[in-house]
Amino acid sequence: MRAIVTVVGKDRVGIIAAVCSTLSEQNVNVMDISQTVLSDRFTMIMLVDISESLIPLADLATKLETRGSELGLDIRIQREDIFNAMHRI
Amino acid sequence: MINNTEILQTIEMINQQNLDIRTITMGICLLDCAHPDPHIACEQIYNKICEKAKNLVAVGEAIEREYGVPIVNKRVSVTPISLVAASSVTDDYVPFAKALDKAAKTCGINFIGGFSALVQKGYTESDRKLIKAIPEALASTDFVCSSVNIGSTKAGLNMDAVAEIGQVIKETARLTEEKDGFGCAKLVIFCNAVEDNPFMAGAFHGVGEGECVINVGISGPGVVHHALQEVKGQPFDVVAETIKKTAFRITRMGQLVAQEASNRLGVPFGIVDLSLAPTPAVGDSVARILEEMGIEVCGTHGTTAALALLNDAVKKGGVMASSHVGGLSGAFIPVSEDEGMIAAASSGVLTLEKLEVMTCVCSVGLDMIAVPGDTPAETISAIIADEAAIGMVNFKTTAVRIIPAPGKNVGDLIEFGGLLGSAPVMPVHPESSVDFIRRGGRIPAPMQSLKN
Repeated sequence: MRAIVTVVGKDRVGIIAAVCSTLSEQNVNVMDISQTVLSDRFTMIMLVDISESLIPLADLATKLETRGSELGLDIRIQREDIFNAMHRI
Repeated sequence: MINNTEILQTIEMINQQNLDIRTITMGICLLDCAHPDPHIACEQIYNKICEKAKNLVAVGEAIEREYGVPIVNKRVSVTPISLVAASSVTDDYVPFAKALDKAAKTCGINFIGGFSALVQKGYTESDRKLIKAIPEALASTDFVCSSVNIGSTKAGLNMDAVAEIGQVIKETARLTEEKDGFGCAKLVIFCNAVEDNPFMAGAFHGVGEGECVINVGISGPGVVHHALQEVKGQPFDVVAETIKKTAFRITRMGQLVAQEASNRLGVPFGIVDLSLAPTPAVGDSVARILEEMGIEVCGTHGTTAALALLNDAVKKGGVMASSHVGGLSGAFIPVSEDEGMIAAASSGVLTLEKLEVMTCVCSVGLDMIAVPGDTPAETISAIIADEAAIGMVNFKTTAVRIIPAPGKNVGDLIEFGGLLGSAPVMPVHPESSVDFIRRGGRIPAPMQSLKN
């Protein structure tokens, strides 16, 4: 099962490292990353594989949210299906 | 793969434009709970609801978490209680409402609908008992919603029921006086009621439905409003296309959630209801969409045409996005539940008459309207008759949810809080409809019903 991680907030050192380590701790594989910084606003979108994840998606979402609030970032993870449903026929 | 702009667009819809799933409603058949002993019947009702809906809230919350989409309400609708209670030897139907309420509390759901009677052509003994019990049932429970179908295109209007319901609404308001007549917010009077409506307060599980079913109601006025801000000044063709595309996306999300809920609960998927349901939150208003089209204040000239376009485009966009569309499927215009409608009504631009006209082109009727507490029962009945006539003649569902707020007058604002919002008390005509309502009998079904 695949999911999309989005990270939005003020740019700072170590955002990718923080998100990736949280994911790797739970055995979640990162398949694709893209990131931009526009006028100090950091936006990162990751495609991840959660089929081997050690914890359920809901718990992973909580972990990422907590990590995000520590770093002053908005981090969310959502199943990929929702984006496909809304934007593809 | 999906591109980044689309991903961020979805997140913005949820975060900033109030996109959500308004409700997952589980319809449960209670016909097998009937029993001559009302205590046993109530126990069986309670047990069956708790058994069927025990995982509803947990599953709803899990889906919410995994997809990152808020699911605002988890609800249950049941077989009209006038049918279930008919074989019980009792004149008092209030305990049935209490059994529903207790089950709702045990399951942790937000509302339970189906304390209902279908009397479009006539009353059974059971229908009479149920209607008599409505005021006390609504005053003595927290989550129970009630509805009465008093007319249909096929049957005409049951004017005896219309007359009685005026009294029932007044009595409900009186019994819930300390909460500004809140009981009336849980009572809907229908013409052409549908059997698979997921929205409250009018939801019930029709007899043509299966044993148990999942229906989903979507939301998203904020998303439509935002999309229209991008096409300012452009012709209506562009407006309609923009709304269609937006409605398609919103409905696809509803369909996905409905199927996911259906799979996880092991209950068949019924329908997605395409209604745009507003909330009192800023940025989640149907009135503001109409104003975005160029209407200065909702209710002024042009409002009905704008609403007709909106309602039609939402359906056209939504219908391809869902395998089964049903329920009410039309733009809702509940006054107290829509920030823009509240403002328009408070300013006096949006009147009862204009709302009545607007319901000719959308669902679902005069919804969440507060009127002065001293409004006579016959006037309320006459308002219901007018609205039901629109539904009957136009082959559509119309409804009235009206609150004669005790002790309140035009200009006052009554607060219900939460999704039910606040309603400015609107003026009604002081001229009498008493002789009209006292006639009773039935208004015959119109020519439109003779299609065979």
